[in-house]
Amino acid sequence: MRVVVDYDLCESNAVCMAVAPEIFEVRDDDFLYVLNETPDEAMREKLVEAAERCPKQAIAIADD
Amino acid sequence: MNAEQAPNSPHIAVVGASLAGWRAAEQLRRSEFGGTITLIGDEPHQPYDRPPLSKQVLAGDWPAERTVLAPEDQLRELDLTARFGTRAIGLNLADRTLTLAPAPPAGADQGDYELGDHDTEELGFDGLIIATGARCRALPTGGLSGIHTLRTLDDAMAITEAFDAHPSRVAVVGAGFIGAEVAATARGRGLEVTMIEALPIPLGRVLGEDIGQLCAELHREHGVDLRLGVGVEHFVGGPEDRVTGVVLTDGSTVDADVVVVGIGVIPNTEWLEGSGLELDNGVMCDETCLAAPGVVAVGDVACWRHVTFDEVMRVEHWENAVEQGKFGANRLLKWFETGDDSASSEPYAPVPWFWSDQYDRKLQLAGRIRSDDTSEIVTGSLEERRFATIFGRSGKLVGVFGMNRPRHVMQYRQLITEGATWDEALSFAKE
Ligand SMILES: Cc1cc2nc3c(=O)[nH]c(=O)nc-3n(C[C@H](O)[C@H](O)[C@H](O)COP(=O)(O)OP(=O)(O)OC[C@H]3O[C@@H](n4cnc5c(N)ncnc54)[C@H](O)[C@@H]3O)c2cc1C
Ligand code: SF4
Repeated sequence: MRVVVDYDLCESNAVCMAVAPEIFEVRDDDFLYVLNETPDEAMREKLVEAAERCPKQAIAIADD
Repeated sequence: MNAEQAPNSPHIAVVGASLAGWRAAEQLRRSEFGGTITLIGDEPHQPYDRPPLSKQVLAGDWPAERTVLAPEDQLRELDLTARFGTRAIGLNLADRTLTLAPAPPAGADQGDYELGDHDTEELGFDGLIIATGARCRALPTGGLSGIHTLRTLDDAMAITEAFDAHPSRVAVVGAGFIGAEVAATARGRGLEVTMIEALPIPLGRVLGEDIGQLCAELHREHGVDLRLGVGVEHFVGGPEDRVTGVVLTDGSTVDADVVVVGIGVIPNTEWLEGSGLELDNGVMCDETCLAAPGVVAVGDVACWRHVTFDEVMRVEHWENAVEQGKFGANRLLKWFETGDDSASSEPYAPVPWFWSDQYDRKLQLAGRIRSDDTSEIVTGSLEERRFATIFGRSGKLVGVFGMNRPRHVMQYRQLITEGATWDEALSFAKE
């Protein structure tokens, strides 16, 4: 499982960080950093929630 | 009805096929609802997203298709019957039926459209999700064209077309969030803009005077001709009844060949009048989103008592439509199992949050703030146009506003969720 963020869409509103701080962090420079691009399967539910709550639909979960 | 009477394969009708209704339908399937679902929406379109309308769509950066929320294949996956272009015009709670009719042609108002009996049909349901959202408050146009409101994709396409025609001036009525975004987008396209606001300070009542002043400055710095403390007296027109200007309450006239009115919204509840549901600035629900046995309301149309903020609220934000859509779907499924017993159900008590993009600034507000709350800037400064302000009431942290400070807004929002006191919030700021 891979977390893919479309940075052209992302506006750093940190909604994903509130859902899954283990994976997403918006730092003081106002950019989003993905802390772990290939998280454990156990994180899937949280990631799906982050993807759905992202107002810009910038998060995708790739299974490859 | 209770668990014993629940049919084996119940039918849930979702009325309103936009963000809240779509997310509710999706959640029903995710929670393994095996019955049938009908999704009824009066717009001809598949569910689409509204926030880009005042931003990327109006800017000419996104084609309409990019706003689609639910592509055909996702709709198919949910195995539901989609009835787009169909309006619910009545609800009979005793018989558990909806009256449906073809949606009136674009532009026709709710109410002023006559139906023949043969056009209507009855649709039975076991559970109902009301997600009919809200529509724009309008001003009398005096029959002139060129005066718009912005709520739907069709509205956005009409305004985009008007902007494409290089108008000599755009008048925006209302400096609330939608008006501010329209003004910002129009300036971004190089159009001349006059913004008219009845309050002396834009958003002053919501964000307080200092932040409101800053919002005013932001518009002026970007070349908007801002007229504060004046209202619209009437519109004036020219040949072919096209608008040519706006007469203000101070007697002055603003020349404009396109007008966009953004003065707030009205919840779409007319179709529920006489149904027995309590309607008061929206569909009144209990604290778990239940409006009547087997009926929930979600999104912009829903009103409910928020247990932690201890106030009746109706929230007009994107995220609430998503969250309440999902929550309401699950509440309805629980009702099928256990009935009306709301005391044993979790209350719906989120910390509301929204964003607004204006020029190169991102404004965000979380929580519930009032003009007499205590406030304190916790990072940055108004001069930098990059800051976060927190709001407190009765010793509690109740809100946070940020301009280009998304990270801080989320952190303080989390503190509000945790029930932090004002002192705790202040000491967090010092860390
Ligand atoms: C231009 C614009 C920009 C926005 N920007 C932001 C933003 O930046 N941030 C933010 O947080 N929020 C923003 N919002 C608000 C956000 O889009 C709304 O909160 C959200 O759309 C609410 O979703 P909803 O499904 O409850 O209602 P709506 O989106 O209003 O949908 C209700 C649907 O029900 C249909 N309907 C109504 N009556 C009937 C009936 N009787 N029968 C059948 N169908 C019916 C309506 O036609 C509509 O399709 C914006 C809104 C607009 C208009
Ligand atoms: S929620 Fe979406 S837009 Fe916001 S920071 Fe995360 S990826 Fe970016």
